[in-house]
Amino acid sequence: MQIIENSTMYDVIIVGSGAGGGMATKILAEAGLKVAVVEAGPYFDPGAPEQQTQLKWPYESPRRGANTVRPFGDFDSAYGGWDIDGEPYTNEEGTNFRWFRSRMLGGRTNHWGRISLRFGPNDFKRKSIDGLGDNWPIGYEDVKPYYDKVDKLIGVFGTNEGLPNDPDGFFLPPPKPRLHELFYIKGARKSNIPVFPSRMSMLTKRINDERGICFYCGQCSRACSVHADFSSGTCLIFPAQKNGGQIDLFVNAMVREITTNEEGKATGVSYINKEDRKEYKLKGKIVVLAASACSSARILLNSKSKQHPNGLGNSSDIVGKYLHDSTGGSRSAFIPDLMNRKMYNEDGVGGMHVYTPWWLDNKKLDFARGYHIEVWGGMGMPSYGFGFNHNDFNKYFGIKVGGYGNPLREEVKKYYGSTVGFGGRGESIPQKENKCDIDPTKVDEFGIPVLKFKYEWTDHEIKQVGHMHESFEEIIHNMGGTVLGDKPTMAQKNGIYAPGEIIHEVGTTRMGDDPKTSVVNQHQQLHEVDNVFIVDAGPFVSQADKNPTWTILALSWRTSDYIVEQLKMQNI
Amino acid sequence: MDRRKSIKSIILGGVAGGLALNGCKPENVEPTGENIALAAENHFGRTPEEKELIEKLNAEQFLHPHELATLNVLVALILPANESYGSALDAGVPDFIEFMTKDYPKFQTPIRGGLMWLDHKSNTDFSVEFIAATPEQQKIVLDAIAYPDVEVPENERPLEVQFFSLIRNLTLTGYYTSKMGIKDLGYVGNSPNVWDGVPEDILKQHGMAYEEEWLAKCVDQSKRNTKAAWDEKGNLLT
Repeated sequence: MQIIENSTMYDVIIVGSGAGGGMATKILAEAGLKVAVVEAGPYFDPGAPEQQTQLKWPYESPRRGANTVRPFGDFDSAYGGWDIDGEPYTNEEGTNFRWFRSRMLGGRTNHWGRISLRFGPNDFKRKSIDGLGDNWPIGYEDVKPYYDKVDKLIGVFGTNEGLPNDPDGFFLPPPKPRLHELFYIKGARKSNIPVFPSRMSMLTKRINDERGICFYCGQCSRACSVHADFSSGTCLIFPAQKNGGQIDLFVNAMVREITTNEEGKATGVSYINKEDRKEYKLKGKIVVLAASACSSARILLNSKSKQHPNGLGNSSDIVGKYLHDSTGGSRSAFIPDLMNRKMYNEDGVGGMHVYTPWWLDNKKLDFARGYHIEVWGGMGMPSYGFGFNHNDFNKYFGIKVGGYGNPLREEVKKYYGSTVGFGGRGESIPQKENKCDIDPTKVDEFGIPVLKFKYEWTDHEIKQVGHMHESFEEIIHNMGGTVLGDKPTMAQKNGIYAPGEIIHEVGTTRMGDDPKTSVVNQHQQLHEVDNVFIVDAGPFVSQADKNPTWTILALSWRTSDYIVEQLKMQNI
Repeated sequence: MDRRKSIKSIILGGVAGGLALNGCKPENVEPTGENIALAAENHFGRTPEEKELIEKLNAEQFLHPHELATLNVLVALILPANESYGSALDAGVPDFIEFMTKDYPKFQTPIRGGLMWLDHKSNTDFSVEFIAATPEQQKIVLDAIAYPDVEVPENERPLEVQFFSLIRNLTLTGYYTSKMGIKDLGYVGNSPNVWDGVPEDILKQHGMAYEEEWLAKCVDQSKRNTKAAWDEKGNLLT
């Protein structure tokens, strides 16, 4: 079979349409460049009637929203998950990295939590503070102007609190706390744990004439049909198209590798069209990888040639190394004071209205790096799982558990909304040996060699999650609640989530000034191939106790500006 | 009887049975059976592959007529009708459970075996199948399995106790995710609105109050439509 070559010469080929790819598409297309966006999944617009899950009722799904098909349930807007038919990956014996992929236009930005935290000054210079890991070659002051622009372009609610490592920004006003969140504020403060309005990218206020304003259905994970929350398609790619950008969108197109010429420079990409299962080639002057940290590493490693025998940009052997995800710990509680609730609509935005950023000094603790606390609860819409073990809390009152008949109706109502939950999301220490590499023994259904992972948490992460549980228990106690489940033990690694499960994986193509120890420079440009850039979370040197999306967006914008400037100067 | 016809009669049988047994008002009857098949057509954001899967599962029938008849009786005992709302059967719960046995095959053996156990127990003690037993006899059978010992971990409890818990869980989920159950619960969300905080009487009921300082930071909903603008320090001006 012959590889089919497209004759168009693109200025830029962008691989992936999530946060990084969407931002690059917008900036580069609006600068007048001819752009190809290559996405491995189908077209997706949450406003399209046949794709919309927002405002659907549980009974519209025959499985009532159960997660037998989509990992976060039938109504969640991620096409894919940790396991995708025909697209396997492997793990080295004894390790278990879980790789979440969302194959659709906009990628994981369609279902993400919208927690939009910019990094602080310390987050770029961790090695200087605790001697672990490495510093970024850039600092907060380099990224701040872009964070500011992202805030204004996309919209994020929050408050300026003057916190040293959780910087102020350009915020929309936050929504008022819900009832269980008031309990949380009170409980946390008793232990001197501060609570602030959360920082999330939903429009609580109009920012432009194109996007709608949040109507408080609490369903951001379904993606918003009026585009009132941030998704890459709705907020970056569609507007760029409307603004007249020259954008060719290739969907269901799985990129195999970056093609190169005799000089070793990139000439474009080759991809498999999932519809006819044939291989195609696109030509471009510049290739921007935004396929996600692990997918971009995979593409580089699979792009072997005479000039790049170890994979593209991989003479250093660093591609795939330093993979790291956020740490995660969770706990829930029964709060008797939240029983017997009167009904009112408290759906709010899709997620928490309040949160706790990291508040302690690690010098006084036996682990490095911090975590933030997320909180959930309330009278949510019933879905699969609702009513399971409906009166288990009876045991706390010495009443019989179980039963049947009409008393069940009263019991269900009595306990509805009385459970709250806490999630800790923390920073891990990047390890060179935590990595993804090509597994030469396996290919996916498109014939592309797959990734093999190796990942082990260190004591820092495990102890940090132990500390999360101590914090949660203290807060729950202060809230007058009962902790559910036993505290995980050190032997159970304190209940830390498997790496990859928090879906904040970063670091596989890290940035640095030294080509021997890093893959890209501070402009996210491959050290070895000047017309290849990476704008997903691969270039992160360290991950911070924040969610990565806002930083991906800011850095992608910064890199896109650099590309435009370099093209103008004819340097690329 | 061909397979297709038998499925249809089972489904219709389920709905008719519910009406006859409980005399429930037609508007309280949940769309069931065939209408679930239509759900795929009704678009709840399925990809083509997901639609295909639903159609495939709907074309299969796992529970036999007698099992389905037993399940109909069982879910109506777990959640019978009251003055205001229909039973779990009226809410279409057996159709949901039938779907789940195919969507999540691990349910198949415990549910089939558990239904069998009900007949065995009823036959042994009363010489009659569970569905034909008197309400008193059914109560004796269920009372023995409906109240688990919470000191024993779930997966170490006797099979019949686990079976009952599973069916009760699926019954409550099926009911409270139905149109009828959502109304019964009183859930009033899933509709466009403007969140402006917890109502005052509810704050009082739970002994809570908003702090002035916190409220001052929050959105003024009367200005939500005014375009945002900031000064250079990030103070919102509008």
